[in-house]
Amino acid sequence: MAEQVTGIGIQIRNLYKIFGSNPESYIDAVKGGMSKTELNEKHNHVLGLKDINIDMPGGGIQVVMGLSGSGKSTLIRHINRLIDPTAGEVIVGDEDVVKMNETELREFRRHKTAMVFQKFALLPHRTVLENTVYGLEIQGLPREEQEKQARRWITRVGLDGFEDNYPNQLSGGMQQRVGLARALTNDAPILLMDEAFSALDPLIRMDMQTVLLDLQKEIRKTVVFITHDLDEALRLGDRIAILRDGEVVQQGTKQEIVLRPADEYISSFVREVNRGRVISVDMVMAPLTGEPKGMPIKSGTVLEVAAKKMTDSNVPEAHVTDASGAVLGKLAINEVISAMVTPVDHDSAAA
Amino acid sequence: MDWFTKFPAMDTDRLTALKKAIDLGFRDFTRAYGDVFETILYPVQWFMFRVEQLLTTSPWPLVILAFAVIAWLASRSWKITIGVVITLLLIGYFDMWQDTMKTVAMTVVATIMAIILGIPIGILMGRSNRVQAVLNPILDVMQTMPSFVYLIPVVMLLGIGRVPGLIAVMVYAIPPIIRLTNLGIRLVDKDVLEAADAFGSSNWQRLKNVQMPLALPTIMAGVNQTIMMALAMVVVASMIGVQGLGLPVLKAIANQYFTLGIFNGLAIVGIAIIFDRTSQAYGKRLQKHLEVVHG
Repeated sequence: MAEQVTGIGIQIRNLYKIFGSNPESYIDAVKGGMSKTELNEKHNHVLGLKDINIDMPGGGIQVVMGLSGSGKSTLIRHINRLIDPTAGEVIVGDEDVVKMNETELREFRRHKTAMVFQKFALLPHRTVLENTVYGLEIQGLPREEQEKQARRWITRVGLDGFEDNYPNQLSGGMQQRVGLARALTNDAPILLMDEAFSALDPLIRMDMQTVLLDLQKEIRKTVVFITHDLDEALRLGDRIAILRDGEVVQQGTKQEIVLRPADEYISSFVREVNRGRVISVDMVMAPLTGEPKGMPIKSGTVLEVAAKKMTDSNVPEAHVTDASGAVLGKLAINEVISAMVTPVDHDSAAA
Repeated sequence: MDWFTKFPAMDTDRLTALKKAIDLGFRDFTRAYGDVFETILYPVQWFMFRVEQLLTTSPWPLVILAFAVIAWLASRSWKITIGVVITLLLIGYFDMWQDTMKTVAMTVVATIMAIILGIPIGILMGRSNRVQAVLNPILDVMQTMPSFVYLIPVVMLLGIGRVPGLIAVMVYAIPPIIRLTNLGIRLVDKDVLEAADAFGSSNWQRLKNVQMPLALPTIMAGVNQTIMMALAMVVVASMIGVQGLGLPVLKAIANQYFTLGIFNGLAIVGIAIIFDRTSQAYGKRLQKHLEVVHG
């Protein structure tokens, strides 16, 4: 997915956020290594984000994962500057959001970003349709055009027939579909989703994840998705950054995170993950020696599927091919199975 | 120990001099600017006169019909509409039609002015803590100062009659609408405001699309309170020459005419209930979208 670069990338560079009455006067101390605890106890300021550097490629889903208090919601609000940073740069496309004046920022928010919120944040006095047109109404488009776009997305998220309902008449899942339709109608290249599905029931959440993944195949926006749920992160994320206490502890593809957790904190998350559904054959295959044997398996296939195919056709070996059919490497069933099983050291750590 | 038993007050001569200085200062001010104020208030006077003329000279069945239509449009309730008609018929039957219309005119104009002035002030207050800090004590004074006291400067400035009465009524009735507009703006859900910002709303769009609509039910409660306060002030304002139901009440107090007092008092209660039920029903209708909850 990620190889096809479309949309606008986002680069976050040396971003710091200190909360308190006089954050500027502590920024140098924090850059010089003052700890979060010391800043809080001695100076009564809270270190929200510390030296964040993330490259988010255009057209992909970047997940930022962390538990509550890790600073993930603060981080996403820096991308459209709902929160001003204390220091650092947020470069979207080729513009630094931090340096924009009020008018530029407003235009940027109108045309470049759209946001979906954890608590939906719909306008209660407006119907589904009136909520959905909000972004375009703010931009000042003709009403006809607003409604045309809005109706298209209302249909796309599966809310046909609910256009004239008020948010209060809808379930949580449906309300968040309105939130999604509102953001998509804005037709901005960047979609910011702040724990968008966290308030929903598990089944509805899965449902919404599917909706998002299906949509993303056609819209190819740069999506920044905040979550506290690793399963959700692994399901959605092309790339994942894990935040703890306002710092990035690890970032990379989901396979990198599952296979090589940077520290014990991440291992403890990753331990419970169904590796067979996350790791692809590309991570396990060995360089091809000699003729390709057995059946071909497409690059990007997850281990669970590969193992099923190989056992179904009862072959111990297979070879991995790319989209054009060229052979990339070879695959043995015992390696597939051993990669699916949680490594012993993590197992014993859990016991 | 003299100072212990008797409060060491400012000495009488200096106190008299002080009061005199303030009085003279204000008198000079009224002499210098009284005309200016009258000129500024001329449109108000004209509007007040027109409304009163319309209500008192139109044939009574038309007026009752108009009231019924307004009540129906605002409340969509037959009960309230019929109540309005019956109340007005009773008032007319007991020969208080003209006075009642004058009082209604005064209340309506005072309320409209209070809304025009009060809502923008309330919005400013809702958006700035500094404005709130300055205005809150002023509103406290306006609400607790005995209403007779500020009749004095108004009369000195503008003399007696409709317009000074109107100003006095308005000053007395404006605090609730300012306070409740402020409160309404401040109670708007922060998440929804953040969403409005995230989509790039300008300040005006934020106010128009989010803050005002969501504050409207609270503001309507303020309008309702303002109407009630304006009606309560009508009797006091009759002391400075405002005609209407207050004048017979004042006469009844002076001469101990019990029945006259009761009748006119009940007429005030009657129109108070009309205004109250109608404006409350309208306020409730504005919140209709909040009632239907997914279940």
